Amino acid sequence: MSISEEKQTTVPLEKMKWMYSEMVKIRYYEDQMVEVYSEGKAPVFNIGAGTVPGEMHLATGQEPAAVGMCAHLTKDDTVSSPHRPHHHAIAKGVDLKKMTAEIFGRKTGLGKGKGGHMHLFDPDVKFSCGGIVAAGIPHAAGAAMAARMKGTDRVAVAFIGEGAANAGAFHETLNLAALWNLPLIVVVEDNSYGISVPKKASTSIESNDKRAGAYGITGAYVKDNDPVAMYKASEEAVTRARDGQGPTIIEIETYRFLGHFQGDPELYRDKEEVPGLRQQDPILKLKKQLLASGVDDADIEKMEKDAKQVVDEAYEFARNSEFPEADDALRDVFTS
Amino acid sequence: MKTAKKRMLSGNKAMAEAISQEMERDSNVFVLGEDIGKYGGIFGSTQGLIETYGPERVLDTPISETAFIGAAIGAAAEGMRPVAELMFVDFFGVCMDQIYNHMAKIPYMSGGNVKLPMVLMTAVGGGYNDAAQHSQTLYATFAHLPGMKVVAPSTPYDLKGMMTSAIRDDNPVVFMFHKSLQGLGWMDQLDEAVGNVPEEAYTVPLDKAAVVREGKDVTIVGIQMMTHYAVQAAEKLADEGIEAEVIDLRSLAPIDKDTILTSLKKTGRLLVVDEDYLSYGMTAEIAAIAAEGALYDLEAPVRRLAVPDVPLPYSSVLEDFVIPGKEKIYQEVKSLLEEG
Repeated sequence: MSISEEKQTTVPLEKMKWMYSEMVKIRYYEDQMVEVYSEGKAPVFNIGAGTVPGEMHLATGQEPAAVGMCAHLTKDDTVSSPHRPHHHAIAKGVDLKKMTAEIFGRKTGLGKGKGGHMHLFDPDVKFSCGGIVAAGIPHAAGAAMAARMKGTDRVAVAFIGEGAANAGAFHETLNLAALWNLPLIVVVEDNSYGISVPKKASTSIESNDKRAGAYGITGAYVKDNDPVAMYKASEEAVTRARDGQGPTIIEIETYRFLGHFQGDPELYRDKEEVPGLRQQDPILKLKKQLLASGVDDADIEKMEKDAKQVVDEAYEFARNSEFPEADDALRDVFTS
Repeated sequence: MKTAKKRMLSGNKAMAEAISQEMERDSNVFVLGEDIGKYGGIFGSTQGLIETYGPERVLDTPISETAFIGAAIGAAAEGMRPVAELMFVDFFGVCMDQIYNHMAKIPYMSGGNVKLPMVLMTAVGGGYNDAAQHSQTLYATFAHLPGMKVVAPSTPYDLKGMMTSAIRDDNPVVFMFHKSLQGLGWMDQLDEAVGNVPEEAYTVPLDKAAVVREGKDVTIVGIQMMTHYAVQAAEKLADEGIEAEVIDLRSLAPIDKDTILTSLKKTGRLLVVDEDYLSYGMTAEIAAIAAEGALYDLEAPVRRLAVPDVPLPYSSVLEDFVIPGKEKIYQEVKSLLEEG
């Protein structure tokens, strides 16, 4: 089964503009992070040094999955995200200042500096992410259970990479979610690589939406990293979940413009690959569509300026925030 | 004078009653796990629940521990209070990521902003010839990892009271119940598996050890079956004029150091007995607590009895040899008292 491509859903202009502005925000956020992350890591790269230490997995190029889905979610819907979480967090409306402060290890951060870039939790908008591949899928299923037990029409979305679809948690949870008809959507972002291993070397099936058939649920495939197609596929999946018609797997063909993490030598892919992918930048594509829809250059410039301002303010907040006290490490193991 | 009516219940019925009363009290409480519905739990801990609360709140799951423990985490983050059963603690290998990387760490990594009010209950213990994959206690494996309260009650009274506390607690609690203390018809019938349990709901703290027998000559610290064997050994020692103080640890994490140290200052001698493996375990932890907090009160080196770093064997003669029992405890105390 796949969602009918011929179905003529039109995307409201306001949603198109929202998606564009969020994609610009995400892109600019990640671009800034590339710069900030490099601070203090030259001349010798030391992962534990600099303004932002630790691993850094950026989502540059993968914006369409996040905005196409989150355009249909409210703050009461739940999102779980993996180790590459910034695009989902931003699109879900996570407090950008607190998120950035967390990534900077400051006490004003979402987790008071205890989590960092891979472990961002914002219960106000029901967002979480984690560093273990596929582990967030059952958490989203549990949120979907809670939504139903509380008699709401809320849904839960688990974003994962294509590599996670080969983990046991994916199969266990989709079977469970299908069995219990949970309002769960799993979005598989196929960026072609599980770190270095190409999808065709790890996955027995062409695309993971086809695995939906194994659970008796609906699968949908979005090609060409297209935010509008992602919007439409997500709309159908979210509607189905809210209507009590069970889970969906959406796989989107997306592009990872950067390495698996910052500092990745990327020896596993051709030097020409990324420039080729950048030719198909989804932000430029959506911009063309907006212009064709009658949005003028001045509107677009304003959207871009506003988005960037929010990001600049978040980085400034993080930079100016205090570090935690050392013995704050001893707090928050248990709540009293 | 009115005679107090003492109601006797088995361990598993005491647990099931606690869960039922909390489900009645709070609609956010629900139970999920394998065979916890009509079967009532392989060890009877959920008996009667599905009849009262129905399949919407008492959910039989597929054999997918990662999925349903992970789902319990996700539901707890949304304010539900799930009680998930991992059928045998030995099965933690298929789902430990969810337990120690997520359940135990999310509250901390969120800076306390995400609470996970959930209970993970699981059956522990050997002594019934089920061999190495169904007989472990693994107390220390869980207690070693920060972020989870780990309790292991020894009596029906504590099973009920500590389950009630665990469900009401806003932190993740690993609740270990001992198969032999459930009162199962298909196991060895132990007197200790049945006890007085008040009908009304009550709580027992999750961080306090209990002195179950007072004495002045030696302190024996144990948990679950080891506590009961220690009491039996203490009775035999008493016949010879030796008064052993027996501490039921009840909670592995947090561990109640004060009760242990107070006893040691009185007795000056310590034997720790564990149904878990010897090395890097509970016995070592309590020996360290004694060394750090009561070294100069000790009149003899600390003694330890535990499974001697081998997997649990099947054959009775082998299993009886590796799991400490009444006789070994008795002999060890005698030998300890001859020192110094």
